[in-house]
Order: sequence, then structure tokens, then C-alpha cells
Amino acid sequence: MPSTIRVRAVAAGDSTDVQALIQHPMDSGFVKDSDGKLIPPHYIEVLTFEHDGKVVFTALWGPAVAKDPYVKFAFKGGKSGDDLKVSWTDNLGKSDTSVAKIMG
Amino acid sequence: MATHRSTGGDSPQPTRRATLQALTLAGMVGFGLTCKARADNAPGWPAEAFQKKSQKDALDALLGKQFETTDKITLDVPEIAENGAVVPVSITTSLPNVTSITILVPNNPFTLAASYKLPDGTAPAVSCRLKMAKTSDVVAVVASDGKVYCVAKPVKVTLGGCGG
Repeated sequence: MPSTIRVRAVAAGDSTDVQALIQHPMDSGFVKDSDGKLIPPHYIEVLTFEHDGKVVFTALWGPAVAKDPYVKFAFKGGKSGDDLKVSWTDNLGKSDTSVAKIMG
Repeated sequence: MATHRSTGGDSPQPTRRATLQALTLAGMVGFGLTCKARADNAPGWPAEAFQKKSQKDALDALLGKQFETTDKITLDVPEIAENGAVVPVSITTSLPNVTSITILVPNNPFTLAASYKLPDGTAPAVSCRLKMAKTSDVVAVVASDGKVYCVAKPVKVTLGGCGG
């Protein structure tokens, strides 16, 4: 199965810019389907980014985060060729992990 | 549960009613388990804070203190969001030693939208996209040097993002 995580990490000077796009329905539990039944909540709760064994960013998300969520941040350190590990866990216990290479 | 057991025990042949009751009960137990599993999921996720409906309660549960206003936070949101399902939000701040950035939407069913933990070395800036049920303020809350600061900006939503 292809990864749900798409990451673009670019080292610029002494910091690394990270943009991530994750495929996830992020169902809030308030939306009805075409039969008028509520779609149960299904959303990512925790998303972490690790570089060099250290967590550089943690996102705690609720159902109000948009579908196929996007996030952008920057951290000090990180150089071209380094690994950046991205993992998420959702409210149904599903998870995914992906390792991206930082670009120069 | 006790009612169901006695019904099932009295009749050797399970009646339609008993079967239905058993099914309902199984459904309820299943639902309870799902809820429990949800609460147990994702270690470190502050479930309580995400279930609060008022801004004060959510912040109390998440950060444990009330906030001060400041002009050192830049909150970038659209004035009018045509589609409440995707509202881009950007926050940057010049405050020192920022440990977390939290975004709240007071008029959403659950006010807390997202919270970002920033360890040492991570820039105090974050962008993401939120859903908004209706026109509301967007509140950015930044924890810096042990204090909590906030700014708010209104966003007019013309089409809600929560099926409303």
C-alpha cells in the first residue's frame, strides 16, 4: 500500500523547512452521508516528526483539522541527505510511518 | 444487562424479542468498546481538552492557565472563507522560548482544533488547514516562557465545513 504521507523537507541555511501532506478522511463525526447517516469520527490525533532520534515537532489534532491535512513548520539543524521520520496515529488506532530524505 | 440475562434464561428457545435484545446489547457493548478504544488511542493525545466545548475549559484542560493578549503573534487567516471545510491558518510569533502553539475555533462543536508542541530548536511558526462550522473567531494561543498569550481574528464562513 502506498504511503499516506508525503513530505518535502528542504535544508536552507541552518534550518530545515518541512511541509507534509497526509491522506486521511479526517471525518469529524458531524457530517452525514448521502443516506442521512452520521459518518463516525475518524481523524488523526497525533502526528510526530523525528530527526536524528529527536522529536522536532508534535501535532495534536482534533476533528476540526481539514481533510487530507497539511502542515508546515521549520526546525534548526538537519542537512541534505538526513532522514526525517514522520508518523501519525488516528482515533481508530490506525497509524502510518514514513521516512523522508531532507533535500539540500 | 440483568434484564436480558433473565429473559434469555427463562426461555430455552430464544424468542425473537430475546434475540433482538441480545443484538441491541451487543451493539451497545460494541459501541462502548469503540468509545473506550478511542480514549485509549494515540498516547499523549489530550482527549479531555479536545472534548471541551468552551474556550476557557479547553485551555484549562490543555495548558492549565488563562492567557494574556499580545501583539507579538501574527495570525494569518482569510477574512472570508468561501469553504469552511478548508480554512488555511498560519501563525508566527516573535515571543521567546515558545513551547506550544494552539489553535481554537470557539464556534465549532469542539472548540480546540489543533495544538502543536515545539521542542527547543523548532521555529515558532506553523501553518495548517482547519474546518470551520460557521463564522467564528480563530484564536491562536502561544505558550512562551511559562506564560500563555493569545490573539484572535474573525473569519467569515459562507459555507460550513461540518455538514451544517
